[in-house]
Amino acid sequence: MMNHKDFQAIYMLWLRQMKRFLRTKSRVVTTIVQPLFFLFILGFGLNIAVFPGMQGSYITFLAPGIIAMAILFSSMFTGVSVLWDRQSGFLQEVLVAPVSRLSIVIGRTFGGATVALIQGFIIMIIAIALGVQVAGVGGFLLTVLIMVLLSFTAVGFGLILASKMRDFEGFQSIMSLIIMPLMFLSSSFYPINESLPDWLRVLSFCNPLFYMVDGIRGSFTGINSVLDPLVDLGIILVICIVVMGLGTYFFNKSEV
Amino acid sequence: MDIIVTTNLTKTFNGFTAVDRITFSVKEGEIFGFLGPNGAGKTTTIKMLTTLLYPTEGSASIAGFDVLKQRAQVREHIGVVFQEPALDTELSCRENLDFHARMYGLSAETRKKRIIEVLTLVDLLDKKDVLVKNFSGGMKRRLEIARGLMHSPQVLFLDEPTLGLDAQTRRAIWEYIKQLNKNENTTIFLTTHYMDEADFLCEHIGIIDHGKIMVMNTVDVLKKSVGNDVITLVCSDSSALIQRLSQESWISKITPYGSFLTLGVERGEEKIPVIFDIARAVNVSISSIDVRKPTLDDVFLYYTGRRIREQTETVVNRTIKSPGFHPRRRR
Repeated sequence: MMNHKDFQAIYMLWLRQMKRFLRTKSRVVTTIVQPLFFLFILGFGLNIAVFPGMQGSYITFLAPGIIAMAILFSSMFTGVSVLWDRQSGFLQEVLVAPVSRLSIVIGRTFGGATVALIQGFIIMIIAIALGVQVAGVGGFLLTVLIMVLLSFTAVGFGLILASKMRDFEGFQSIMSLIIMPLMFLSSSFYPINESLPDWLRVLSFCNPLFYMVDGIRGSFTGINSVLDPLVDLGIILVICIVVMGLGTYFFNKSEV
Repeated sequence: MDIIVTTNLTKTFNGFTAVDRITFSVKEGEIFGFLGPNGAGKTTTIKMLTTLLYPTEGSASIAGFDVLKQRAQVREHIGVVFQEPALDTELSCRENLDFHARMYGLSAETRKKRIIEVLTLVDLLDKKDVLVKNFSGGMKRRLEIARGLMHSPQVLFLDEPTLGLDAQTRRAIWEYIKQLNKNENTTIFLTTHYMDEADFLCEHIGIIDHGKIMVMNTVDVLKKSVGNDVITLVCSDSSALIQRLSQESWISKITPYGSFLTLGVERGEEKIPVIFDIARAVNVSISSIDVRKPTLDDVFLYYTGRRIREQTETVVNRTIKSPGFHPRRRR
């Protein structure tokens, strides 16, 4: 199973992600600024709108969704960036090393999750500065746990995509055709309740991202969540294990 | 002892056979070369031997470990320098080596010591903190070779180690490879489409074309098999001359190639007048003729019916014309 060398490999792959992230200034800036645009523009733009059954200000409602979005995009990018490594040839260097495939996946996942969490926390701090109330210490810790699981899931999903694609052409269409609809159906921007058409609600409940956003909202702000955050957590855990498992499986199977 | 053994190793990609039932073995401590043009199946063979591709059929073992069933053990015993660059360009030279060293489980002490050793070997010690994205092609190549040596592997695979490098760097890299083979007794398996490289470095070579090994032997034996001397001539009617010359028992092999005719003979300088007499007798005029010792290019032509040189000539010319420039051809 895992030995000393595998832990070294996990650490090294994590460290590499950190260094790469900090050295690509443009990535640091875009991944933080883009969600902030959503938070500020949508947040203030829709603050006067009244949604039936919504408690608190619109920014309080929106912030958990934006935190989830920042983590989702950043983590998915980490998963898909295996493609970069494949094209630049660096993946060969990693795959030919005498370490288990599992430790390679874990190292990349931890690296991606760390970067994503840093971004998530920055959004969180700004949201608090904008007046979003934190529900409590317990709620905060549960939020962090869900953020970690969301990040793992998104890296796993990125790995699945990377193993199925040979170039980046497909990545853009997957972002527009799959990720954007999932974002809109995740309750990030408007509450999911009886006032919506049935088909839209059913679609939302089929959306894995819905439980992540709902869980963060329920634990972080303590209001407006559809399900109990702990129920969300259970569902998220199952989704995370399945997606990470598939991601590892596809990564193992892919040849260079 | 045979350190690399393959039996009927085959790889097909969607019906295209890149490597076709090759069987060969490499002895411990030797430099073995796969010589063949681009697309002959050299890289695919290396990828199968280094566990990066699954063979479609057949088997192979490195240092006694099966490349299909004992992948982890195989990886522990090998080092690979890939044809495409496999460096992280966002990391510095030292960071790339450190990454590698940790992936191979070297201790902190060994890491520091080896990084200095291998960087000295490839003359990059003063560049150790420079980001790799600022390196020239030649520097990247040297760094990759240094990295391949970091963990003192038993077998080192070099896929086209000097592709596109300038003449001076190629020479230096050849010297490193020789030294390494001698001092650390590393077995070296290299692929190349440069005749001079195979000639300079390898004891044994295998000529590979269209995924098949055409012939495998020592460089000397292969050259002798062509003939002691090679005569190349251009004449007015090669088919008539071939017909007439094929009756002569002292010509070991006649190979037409374009407007050229290549003959394998003994004591070539004495045969030139004889060939002129024969040509005159069948009313063929010879416009140019030369005699030389056989090269691996002649060996290649002899066994495959084509020349390897046609695709590499442009690269060689470019290298000679601009010694300060470091061209690196990439697929």
